[in-house]
Amino acid sequence: MTTSTRASTISRDAVERRVFGALRPLVIAFLLVITLFPFYYMVILSFRPLDAVLQDPGALWPKPGEIEWGTYRDVLASQSDGGQGFLNFMKNSFLVAIGTVVLTLLVSVPGAYAVSRLDFFGRRQISALFLGVYFFPAILLAIPLFVFFTRIGQRGTLTGLLIVYVAQVAAVSIYMLRNYFDTIPASLEEAAAIDGCTRLQAMRHISLPLALPAIASNALFVFMIAWNEFLFALLFLVENREKWTVSLGLSQLSGSIEVPTTVLMAGSVILTLPIIVLFFLSERWLAGGLTAGAEKG
Amino acid sequence: MTVSGPSAPAGATLEAPDPVQHDQKYRRGRSARAREDRRTGYLLITPTFVIVFTMVVLPILWTLSLAFQNVRLLNLRTTGVIGDYSLDNFQKVLTSPGFVDALVTTLVYSVAGTACAIGLGLVAALALRQPFRGRGLVRACMLIPYVAPVVAAAFIWSTMLNPQFGVVNHYGTTLLGWDEPIAFLSSGQPVSVFGVDLHVSKSLLTVVLFEGWRSFPFAFLFLTARMQAIPDSLEEAATVDGATPTQRFRYIVLPQLLPTIAVLTVLRFIWTFNNFDDIYLLTGGGSGTQVVAVRVYDYLINRGDIGAAAAQALVLAAILAVLVTVYLKLFGRSEEVA
Repeated sequence: MTTSTRASTISRDAVERRVFGALRPLVIAFLLVITLFPFYYMVILSFRPLDAVLQDPGALWPKPGEIEWGTYRDVLASQSDGGQGFLNFMKNSFLVAIGTVVLTLLVSVPGAYAVSRLDFFGRRQISALFLGVYFFPAILLAIPLFVFFTRIGQRGTLTGLLIVYVAQVAAVSIYMLRNYFDTIPASLEEAAAIDGCTRLQAMRHISLPLALPAIASNALFVFMIAWNEFLFALLFLVENREKWTVSLGLSQLSGSIEVPTTVLMAGSVILTLPIIVLFFLSERWLAGGLTAGAEKG
Repeated sequence: MTVSGPSAPAGATLEAPDPVQHDQKYRRGRSARAREDRRTGYLLITPTFVIVFTMVVLPILWTLSLAFQNVRLLNLRTTGVIGDYSLDNFQKVLTSPGFVDALVTTLVYSVAGTACAIGLGLVAALALRQPFRGRGLVRACMLIPYVAPVVAAAFIWSTMLNPQFGVVNHYGTTLLGWDEPIAFLSSGQPVSVFGVDLHVSKSLLTVVLFEGWRSFPFAFLFLTARMQAIPDSLEEAATVDGATPTQRFRYIVLPQLLPTIAVLTVLRFIWTFNNFDDIYLLTGGGSGTQVVAVRVYDYLINRGDIGAAAAQALVLAAILAVLVTVYLKLFGRSEEVA
């Protein structure tokens, strides 16, 4: 390498370092703005009176004395009290989401254990089938399920929706849990087997307690999916306002002119807040569970 | 597999092993254990299998049957599995006005949305690569658009983009000098860049950006994990040899990321191709944003034509399967090399 090319490479290196050094904070700031600002705007709008928003749409923070909680009262109160009934929607969403979590874990924990540990005929095919389900267009499944639940008269019930959710998430849940079970050394259970444990006892007393972090984060994951779901809630529940979930309620009311945008923003905060809180809780938890699994392997 | 190691047999090891018969007993215990495992395996997988089979597999088969029959919401109660099968639905759907447009829109939306999501995810992963104080929190914040409920995200966007009181149009007209507020979500007006008509409406561009914004965290997450697995020594050696940051990215980091990017492309493309929620919530499928999924919903609910809806959904799934197969054929091999 001659000195001249070396010099030019070094200078190019210096230029690039300086450019990227300057760009990096800018890019990070830009990313933070686009990820956080919409949600900040949501919270601000939910506290401002509608006429103030119409007069000054560009305000990035509420003026002193402008903050009002009335939007939350309006959106939560039942329809008979002149509100939008979001408290009832929250109850529905919680029922469906919790029910989905419980039922999904009941079927997928044993299922994941079987797929991970037990050698039975068709094990591979079953895992592949379950994973394939995950990539199928939801809209394609929506048609027969819509027809089926209409015919048996269960469309419009939370139970029908719950069963559909379990079928949708069981596959992913099994996939995630199986990966975790794979990291727990089989020798632990073999030791238990030598001590006279049956397979089911070994599973209950050895592997399940070890898999608890993974099961917990899986539960949170399923909860988020069920809480956020929109298409099936729309297809199943739209005719019966009493049964609406928060997602469905917000989407249906945002089309009407009678409900002020600021009140719906309060509804939007109510819809988003549980998920964000759960996410920040589980983020730490999930990381802890995963690293613990890695060390044990 | 993993369980049938030498220490697996239960019954055989409880009593003191007789050295002569040990081998035989061992084998018997092993097969008993295997048989027990098989039985337990079926027992444990059955609940999941039943629910997935009845709620996913059977419905898919039933869609096949519905697509070939004349089924409407009105005559739903009288149709059974045995009916008049014909290709009428497919003929009706494939020749109906707007179907080809919807298909093109779906393709443009999926390709552009996927590219946006992965591009932005890559930029974010690179920008947050070097540690700094608070990086963990910033990384967590990056994931918020992905975990937030789609209904809330779509509502916030449509409020922000509102022509009357949306914050974007307010600053666009006061600061950026736009002549008039832009109807981002109801403008069928085509976008032109340097006078070239792209046959893409402003609304379609908006929903593509929404898709990129909502999905980039997914790409970011995968790419960050992959980058952490690249050994530092590679780049250190390149730095010593005088490689500049762009050269290090081009020749060291990018080749390591390519397999991950290929997988992400398939996953994001499939999900975006099937996406219903985002477009339904943002534009309702109007002003040049009608994708096939939204069209299926329209046939199912607004027209009550179940047969045609099923036929359309099947066409959608078939096209997707073909595209993914072609992609895997084209890039599957180079992936292995990389």
